[in-house]
Amino acid sequence: MGRRVLLGTLGLGALGVVAAPTLQRGMESFLGAAADKDPTGLTGLLPNGGGFRYYSVTSSVPRRNATNYRLTVDGLVDRPATYTLDELRALPQTRMVRDVQCVTGWRVPDTPFEGVRLSRLLDAAGVRSSARAVRFKCFDGAYTESLTLKQARRADVLVALRMQDKDLSHSHGGPVRLYVAPMYFYKSAKWLSGITVTEKVEPGYWEERGYDVDAWVGRSNGRDDEPTS
Amino acid sequence: MSPRADAPAPSDSRVRRFSRAERLVHRATAALMGVCVVTAACLYVPQLAELVGRRALVVTLHQWSGLLLPVPVLAGLASRAFRTDLTHLNRWGPHDRVWLRSALRRLPGPRPAAKFNAGQKIYASWIAGATLVMLGTGLMMWFTHLTPLVWRTSATFVHDWLALTIGIVLAGHIGMALGDPEARKGLRTGSVSGEWAGREHPLWRP
Repeated sequence: MGRRVLLGTLGLGALGVVAAPTLQRGMESFLGAAADKDPTGLTGLLPNGGGFRYYSVTSSVPRRNATNYRLTVDGLVDRPATYTLDELRALPQTRMVRDVQCVTGWRVPDTPFEGVRLSRLLDAAGVRSSARAVRFKCFDGAYTESLTLKQARRADVLVALRMQDKDLSHSHGGPVRLYVAPMYFYKSAKWLSGITVTEKVEPGYWEERGYDVDAWVGRSNGRDDEPTS
Repeated sequence: MSPRADAPAPSDSRVRRFSRAERLVHRATAALMGVCVVTAACLYVPQLAELVGRRALVVTLHQWSGLLLPVPVLAGLASRAFRTDLTHLNRWGPHDRVWLRSALRRLPGPRPAAKFNAGQKIYASWIAGATLVMLGTGLMMWFTHLTPLVWRTSATFVHDWLALTIGIVLAGHIGMALGDPEARKGLRTGSVSGEWAGREHPLWRP
């Protein structure tokens, strides 16, 4: 009997893996609909319950606001710069609505992001001809990311100040985060504090730990999600 | 089948229930499972993730405690007492059906059980199977290059939902233990009162 229950559980587990794509689609649409009408927010705690998950690689992240936030742009540029939050807000803003896809599987549909195109900041700094890549630093003190210069110049890469039509909150990486629409969300570094133009791509925090550097949604990390941009 | 009234265990004496090896197996498994559950919660529940952070460290703890989770049971196989208990857990008698029906219908009165009651038997084999499923799906998510990509998303799906189920079942397991100090004493000291043994496990002949 005990053996039968054990083997039965194993069998159900294997069956679950096989049937998962179908089950998951059903769950997502059901829970997505339920989450819209759920004032308690409990559906957000269920698997595939929708919504963002909070990931931080450090034990605590300092808080920055309009008075003490600074974004530096340096490296292989002619005019290194430092921006305050108000200066970033004064630049032309771009609003984009795309799906957010995390490499761990969750996806949040139709999420508006708004901010300054990264290409605008790069152009303002005057990127030198020897430059090939851009490196990002974060004020959590640990997280890093990189893009090739070509990727960084894409129109769908933002230095984001707003998300879901609200100022970026601390837990979402505010006041300023990177937003790389066509890539898995680990590329969209939270708590952005530095942009350094470099000669070559240096793998970022999670990329040192096995994730792909070129993190196109649906074409990297062994995943086949629907592209986001 | 009614509990036999002959030769009841003496009510005032202590009855040996678990050997040292068995208690160690339970304690080590419980500790590893505890680390698994706590780290899982810190990875999964947004408020806890925000509180704890240190994602790479928490992931490492979770992976290793999960990988080691079956080890105490495997090591326990070296103990004769533990192997005997596995045999008891695996054996399903007519009295187990009576116990289960009476428990499910919440009927009052004594329920027949040998060393392990039907609920403990089902729990033990289910949690063993569930642990192995978690281990398998966990390994697929950990060593992402070993399996085809579709499997990994599927493994994540099973891992997430089974984790939730295990959490609930485990809470039940701990809840039952909290409600029965003598059962806890059995796993802490190795022996239980004869009165308890006669009441909870009337068919058990130690």
